[in-house]
Amino acid sequence: MSPRAQWKGLNNMISTEQNINEKLLPILEQVSDPEIPVLSIMDMGVVRSAIFFNGLVKVEITPTYSGCPAMDVIGDDIKKALNDAGYESEIDLILHPAWTTDWITPRGRKALENYGIAAPLDAEADKDVLLNGKRIVKCTNCGSQNTRLVSQFGSTACKAQFQCDDCQEPFDYFKCLK
Amino acid sequence: MKNKDLYNYILGIADNSLILGQRMGELCGHGPSLETDIACTNISLDLFGQVRSYFQYAAKIAGDGRTEDDIAMLRKEREYKNVLLVEQPNTNFAYTLGRQFLFDVYHLAFLKELQKSTDLTLSAIANKCVKEVSYHERFSSDWIKRLGDGTDESKEKMQEAINDLWAYTDELFHQTDADKAMVSQGIGVDIKKLKDAYYTAVSQVLEQATLQVPESKYFQKGGKQGIHTEHLGYLLSDLQYMQRTYPNMEW
Repeated sequence: MSPRAQWKGLNNMISTEQNINEKLLPILEQVSDPEIPVLSIMDMGVVRSAIFFNGLVKVEITPTYSGCPAMDVIGDDIKKALNDAGYESEIDLILHPAWTTDWITPRGRKALENYGIAAPLDAEADKDVLLNGKRIVKCTNCGSQNTRLVSQFGSTACKAQFQCDDCQEPFDYFKCLK
Repeated sequence: MKNKDLYNYILGIADNSLILGQRMGELCGHGPSLETDIACTNISLDLFGQVRSYFQYAAKIAGDGRTEDDIAMLRKEREYKNVLLVEQPNTNFAYTLGRQFLFDVYHLAFLKELQKSTDLTLSAIANKCVKEVSYHERFSSDWIKRLGDGTDESKEKMQEAINDLWAYTDELFHQTDADKAMVSQGIGVDIKKLKDAYYTAVSQVLEQATLQVPESKYFQKGGKQGIHTEHLGYLLSDLQYMQRTYPNMEW
């Protein structure tokens, strides 16, 4: 029904350690998350490997959430970026190890904040915020911690909705996933 | 097909997510508030995402050219293996959340066990899904408490939904032939072992919600064998509409 044939599934959806060829890194850093354009897919931590193999570039990416509709687009964008750089590529989807918010780089966290999305807290604090109504998420507009949870689910699967009670600005919080 | 038991086993898991995902998706634009609307459709999206992983794997096992989309869209009602619970309609918000809660508690316990599967792909999928489903379970449990321990009216509606849906809980723990075969190979989860902990966990939340734990011992079954309630046909006609009307259409 859609051009989904790109996931070959040859690896049983399993990968090992992150393995990015240095030559490919600058190309991949040009590809951004379609839903958070300020964030490169490298800073998001969704690229698990990119290597040369039999004259092809093989790339493995992993979804933030299983239903993330951005994965198809990210796959296509990587293919295009590599193609523009003169490389034929094959993209595969990995589920294990499962993506965690720990893989967002410090630069990525900063980009999120600048874009108006509060970066994920650690697992314990995240629980306090989402379950016990603790006010510690910093407003991305004014920096106040006087913020409250509006909904555990936000505009995309990975975010929750918050509102600042000082400046009244509504904003997204990137939920901790571990 | 060489691996028929494994294929059927995967469908048994995935069909629950597919049908429940469709039910939650029905609330898109119809949720009682913007936030709950978004929550329900987010849960739906998670479930559909999980289904894609399962069906991609099932299609690979079938190895006869069928795709994940064929499996999702082109089976007949009797070929769907989901439990009766997940196909029950969105009668009102209490039913929607009651159904979600009764399934989430099972789903979470099931996935935790499936992570230990000797089948590496299934264990990888479970490893991914378990994080999402723990969010679902928090969300639905939270609402059961809020509605149960809310106003007189919300309590009455929540209790009615739990009482009605209770009859579909026992089927969650019925083993199919594919289940038995997979358990014996270390691939599948022995769901019978999850039953006691399930009712304990569910009862705990119901008690916190100041709701009665139903005592009825009358249970419905049949979904796993493809014998569904009258609701599934209507759901499938919605789900399959585009593929049936415009065969092989692509987005």
